Amino acid sequence: MYRSRSIQSALSLKDKIVSIDYVLVLSIFILGLVSILAMYSTDGGEFKYHTNSHILRFFIFFGMFLFLSFIQIRFWHSQSYLIYILFFILLLGVKYFGLTSSGSKRWLDLYFMNLQPSELMKVGLILFLAKYYHRISIENINQLRFLFLPIVVLVAPIILVATQPDLGTALLIAAGGISVAWLAGVRIKFFAISGFAFIALLPIAVSFLKPYQKSRILTFLNPESDPLGAGYQIIQSKIAIGSGGLFGKGFLQGSQSYLDYLPEKHTDFIFTLFSEEFGFFGSLFILVLYAIIIWRIVKIGNVTRSNFGKLYCYSFATAFFIYVVVNMMMVLGLLPIVGSPLPIMSYGGSSMMAIMLGLGIAMSCKVYKDTPVN
Amino acid sequence: MLSPSSGNTIIKSKLISRRMFLLTAAKAVVMVGIIGRLVSLQINERSKYKTLSDKNRFREWKLAPERGVIKDFFDKEIASNEQVYQVHLIPENSKDIEKLFVRLKTILNIPDKKLFFLKRVISKQKPWEPIIVSDNITWSEFSRINLFLHELEGVKPVVSIARMYPDNSSAHILGYVSQVSTKDLQTKKYLKDLHVPGMTIGKTGLERKLDEEIIGKIGFQRYEVNAFGKRIKQIQINEGQAGKSFKTTLDFEIQKFTKELLKDKAAAVCVMDIYNGDIVSLVSSPTFEPNEFVHGLDRKYWDSLIKNERRPLTNKAISGLYPPGSTIKTLVALSALENGIIKPQDTFKCSGKIELFGEKFHCWEKDGHGFVNLRKGIQRSCDVYFYEVARKLGVDRLSITAKKFGLGKKVLSGFVEERAGVVPDTKWKKKFIGQNWYLGETLHSGIGQGYFQSTPLQLCLMTAQIANGGFEIKPRILFNQKNNKLKDYIKYKNENPNDPLPIDLLLSNFDLKPLFKNQEHINLIKDAMYSSSNEPGGTSYKHRWENKKFTFAGKTGSSQIKRFTEDQREAEVKQESLPYKDRDHALFVAYAPYNDPKYAISVLVEHGGSGGKTAAPIAKKIIKKVLERHELRQRVNKLLGEEV
Repeated sequence: MYRSRSIQSALSLKDKIVSIDYVLVLSIFILGLVSILAMYSTDGGEFKYHTNSHILRFFIFFGMFLFLSFIQIRFWHSQSYLIYILFFILLLGVKYFGLTSSGSKRWLDLYFMNLQPSELMKVGLILFLAKYYHRISIENINQLRFLFLPIVVLVAPIILVATQPDLGTALLIAAGGISVAWLAGVRIKFFAISGFAFIALLPIAVSFLKPYQKSRILTFLNPESDPLGAGYQIIQSKIAIGSGGLFGKGFLQGSQSYLDYLPEKHTDFIFTLFSEEFGFFGSLFILVLYAIIIWRIVKIGNVTRSNFGKLYCYSFATAFFIYVVVNMMMVLGLLPIVGSPLPIMSYGGSSMMAIMLGLGIAMSCKVYKDTPVN
Repeated sequence: MLSPSSGNTIIKSKLISRRMFLLTAAKAVVMVGIIGRLVSLQINERSKYKTLSDKNRFREWKLAPERGVIKDFFDKEIASNEQVYQVHLIPENSKDIEKLFVRLKTILNIPDKKLFFLKRVISKQKPWEPIIVSDNITWSEFSRINLFLHELEGVKPVVSIARMYPDNSSAHILGYVSQVSTKDLQTKKYLKDLHVPGMTIGKTGLERKLDEEIIGKIGFQRYEVNAFGKRIKQIQINEGQAGKSFKTTLDFEIQKFTKELLKDKAAAVCVMDIYNGDIVSLVSSPTFEPNEFVHGLDRKYWDSLIKNERRPLTNKAISGLYPPGSTIKTLVALSALENGIIKPQDTFKCSGKIELFGEKFHCWEKDGHGFVNLRKGIQRSCDVYFYEVARKLGVDRLSITAKKFGLGKKVLSGFVEERAGVVPDTKWKKKFIGQNWYLGETLHSGIGQGYFQSTPLQLCLMTAQIANGGFEIKPRILFNQKNNKLKDYIKYKNENPNDPLPIDLLLSNFDLKPLFKNQEHINLIKDAMYSSSNEPGGTSYKHRWENKKFTFAGKTGSSQIKRFTEDQREAEVKQESLPYKDRDHALFVAYAPYNDPKYAISVLVEHGGSGGKTAAPIAKKIIKKVLERHELRQRVNKLLGEEV
């Protein structure tokens, strides 16, 4: 114990800077630049509100990410319950003091920005469960009484978020939490049982869904059934992507987006816009960037010694992957439109903040990879 | 040494790695799936989506082309175009259609029925397609619309061009234009890509015949539009092409003159150049107002047209069928001469009637004409003479001659309303009536009654072909510089009067098709027609022109509607005393001037009584007018000839 502490304290600033994963930093930076390009295009080729604030946010949160990378892994480990609780309180705050916009209450007004705590909860839950499963012994993992707490911390924020209502984010939070449990070794049996329970409860859940949520699911099943109504977004998105062809229509030439056929082009459909303007090769480029980012996070998980670090990195990589593919499958018409941003690319401060926070913790696992957490 | 807890840690770590491996495999599969989807959308189906994207992006608005004009022989426009003020509406630009209509109603006075119709059209078409609310409003209405335009969102005041007929004298031959109907779209192939809201097409007459060429080529404006239908920028504009203009052979002045003459009568007149077949005048009466059809017909006006028993919508000159009556006698005599049945000097005694198998056949002259030869037979129009001739000739030989001279078939081409008429013969009766021919029917045919049916145009053509010396001509309504060599032949003939041209030489040297075996027979008929009009006792003697310049030779005719009963015959009932519907149709055909024939004319007056009394005086006036304008016409002909 002492020895390792001495190793830790022996890390000079130079060592820390050297040990940063530069491939990851560079990939994130490139993706950030690409996202600025895409945002510039959504503004019709001008530096307008969305572009400017996206640039600002990216650089602020990118800086935050670099800063957080140097915070001791031990800090993240020791404070993870507290962080979760803080985020949970923010979520509760949304319920009572939140801002309502287009029918759902998701934001807290912090004066300098509107914060969406549900985005932060994506990271908070992973952090919480990573610590939890790090601490309990392997024999206890599949004990029912040790499953109680994870289920509570998983379900409580999900219910809060789902009733905002924000089904998409709720599902993505759940995905992160479940991946921790899975990686920690919870038996497949439990997943199967809860899976069945979920399906059994589905009809009841559906009865709680808002009409627009129901129609989105129905529309997904058959988008052409209502081309001007709910199926519109999926159809227009497919047209935009498909018409991009191999090389795309060219930067700022995406007719689907600048003629406003594309819905939510700043946020959920930013990939569609990029894909329309830069074609198949552009889309592939984005996919590769994401793949590199995920691969580097997994790699950090491989080299970090603590199970907390491993659990966190693997889970975060998995969650990150899920965010990316859910968004892409959604705009490609492979999933219903649930409303999930594309990490880093999409416009939105809270999402950017949460992702950078998550990446910062992962990078901290790299910098302090040999540090035991307890 | 590892502590138990560190052993635990390592086992845990291995478990985590194993599970992570599984997850990574799953991720790879999903990644491949996404790439596959991208391949399918962006590579395999890219052309489909490109098309869809362009469909989104571009919208085309079609522009109706300007319809070509129709001119008369002197280049006066008889079907022209005028500027009209219209109100269009683009439904998607209006926030509240209902409210808009209420507002429009206060400005434009639109009937509720029309509003209902407009709403139905709007619900059927795409929201960006313009609809025409009013297609012909007055200037004051138009300026009021412009004044209130700021509160009429979606309304577009448009200055457009529409068909305008300066006069209704030629309404029948020109026809009219009207809105495209669903049926038109189904039946007329050339309209397939042509349909523009508000466009009119020819429905009858020349307008219909020429429709395909006169419409022009459609133009379009292509705009880039955004998802809300707002036009972002114009990508392309194609003005289209105005339709071809046409020059006709009609003389607008004579058309108007004739129309005035026929006022209040159900009648038709046709005037034709006997050498080239140019139709100088073709009028049917009563006429209708073709301008009423251009901007959507008023129900009341339509009803008045339909209910009028004088059928103003029918072009009586080409689609009215009438027994030719005594006008056919020219052809009966000619046929008999040509077939060697009679000689000009052969006489029959007319005592007012003859009997055949117990049936009485009356002459119109109750007391009879005495001894009658061919010339007198035509001059007096003696029925008994022609009963005898017809009996000898037989209906089949008569029918051959009649068909040669243009009866029983359509004369013009491309006029849907033109009718062929009937030239009966034994085969025809067997085929269409299913009975054998009776000799009595031959007698009726000999005086142009019975099954005979002809149009005034056919009778005019028949007369023209007699007048020009018996040569075939093709009537034409569209001006065409190509003339036949008939005039060259006449010139040659005048210079070499004693040089008879064999028929085969006529054909090879002048490219003429003679309708006779011996031209002398034609001259006999022409002479007899002269006597009918210009010698005492002739049926139209009363209405002759003494002036050699206008002297015409004609033949009267009355076609019977109802046969007289014996009682009526005994009582010498006058046509004038019969109910209108029972009176005979009056007919008159002629050519003029007699010395140097130039034009042929046919006049029909429905239920006009006798041809000599009713039709001949009309013909007389028209002949004078036509001949007075002949020099003018000649000059234009020459001018055009030199230009070519």
